[in-house]
Amino acid sequence: MFDDFLFRALIAGIGIALVTGPLGCFVVWRRLSFFGDTLAHSALLGVLLSVAFDLNISLTIFTVSSLIALLLLRLQKTTNLPSDALLGLLSHSSLAVGLVILGFLSFIRFDIMGVLFGDILSVNVNDLLAIWIGGAIILLVLWFIWKPLFASTVNYELAEAEGMNPERVNAIFTILLAALIAISIKMVGLLLITGMLIIPTTMARNLSNNPKQMVILSIIGGLLSVFIGLYTSFEINTSSGPTIVVVALILFILSLIGIKKRNYG
Amino acid sequence: MTNNPNVLVKISNAGIHKNGKWLVKDVNLEIHRGKIVTIIGPNGSGKSTTAKIVLGLHKKIEGNVQTFTKKISYVPQKVSIDWTLPIRVLDFMVLTEDLEPQEINDALNLTGVDHLISRNLRDLSGGEFQRVLLARAIAKKPELLVLDEPVQGVDFAGEVALYGLIKKISETLNCGILLISHDLHVVMSATDYVVCLNGHVCCSGTPVDVARDKHYKELFGEKSSQLLSIYEHDHDHVHTADGDIVKENV
Repeated sequence: MFDDFLFRALIAGIGIALVTGPLGCFVVWRRLSFFGDTLAHSALLGVLLSVAFDLNISLTIFTVSSLIALLLLRLQKTTNLPSDALLGLLSHSSLAVGLVILGFLSFIRFDIMGVLFGDILSVNVNDLLAIWIGGAIILLVLWFIWKPLFASTVNYELAEAEGMNPERVNAIFTILLAALIAISIKMVGLLLITGMLIIPTTMARNLSNNPKQMVILSIIGGLLSVFIGLYTSFEINTSSGPTIVVVALILFILSLIGIKKRNYG
Repeated sequence: MTNNPNVLVKISNAGIHKNGKWLVKDVNLEIHRGKIVTIIGPNGSGKSTTAKIVLGLHKKIEGNVQTFTKKISYVPQKVSIDWTLPIRVLDFMVLTEDLEPQEINDALNLTGVDHLISRNLRDLSGGEFQRVLLARAIAKKPELLVLDEPVQGVDFAGEVALYGLIKKISETLNCGILLISHDLHVVMSATDYVVCLNGHVCCSGTPVDVARDKHYKELFGEKSSQLLSIYEHDHDHVHTADGDIVKENV
């Protein structure tokens, strides 16, 4: 069964949707959408380094993205620049450094479109293992830090005053995001991974009344996007990553109908 | 080190020096079990900063802070809930500690908002929200309770009732309370010790001592110290700084 590329793509997509749901909620709650982009851009640098030095691609992306994320946390503490300026700085410089390195690698045949938009059809059994094992670890860690992470999302100082360690859970959460990007870049691509994080989650927000409900609905939204998106891309022969995101967008638009019944206050 | 087992927090000569100026300086205070310490002072006098020093939220401080408890509850001056985060009163009550449904209900009942338990935090009025904040803080039965302007937005009758409740909490839970307020006259009747702050400690002592202090009068004007007569017996004289008795109409 694992020989069928469509089946592999589906298994990979389900694995990713299970992780982007809960992580995406925190990304939206903490207003980190742009941060997701920064990590994704830095992933290009990771991809190129792994090609240049023949390293494991997921591990290299994970390392580079984590380093960029921790660098950001460090810069936020030591400079007075606002976060969005720092994010722009890291995002575009890592992108630029990546592209410059790409120039040196002209002798290697390199599928940049695959990195930008994902190539789900090339997902192999090893990628599936990376997604499911990596994803399980991410969810497990998130489960353990859920309470302090949620408390510090609601109010940082309250959480810290009452004995939690918001700084540490923030750093852990950031690394979880880097890990998600590392396992999902091949499938969704670095330009669209933030879309997978944000769009099903915003759809879920429109329909939910409490945090747990929002997490569950955003997982469901992600899964639906994967199912419908993959099927559609196969039927009408479009690239699968963007099709999945377009389906998520359509679900979001449908959820706006639901929101009209609720109090948009 | 202090040997008194009733001391929960002791800060000595504490202050914060930031960007070339002191936010607050030379603060000395102790919080004891079952006692209420109130910090009053004008805007920007360092009240919230002092609370944060007590809570250990500031890392680079001058002076010395010793905390002898880990069971702390905090009601910050401002909690804003982002629209992207759907959260009910029920979810908020267990934010930092898991509680039994009974404990949640009891606490909400005490602050008079048990009927709001499944409402969304964003749908509450300012006064209702403050009551929920206070309920959350007391539900986990802390040893130290830090309240930064806990009754803002609450109507006057509710305000008096909530200060009464805070007084009752300090007795029933035997917890130390640090209360920050600028509602001078109402808060004073529920206080054991007052610290009057204006960048540094202007004066401190029992509510009566502080109200009689000339620094306090300079800071808040003669009127506010007369407001004390609401609960205090009549005086026909005051003491000057050097102890002379001066006749005065109260």
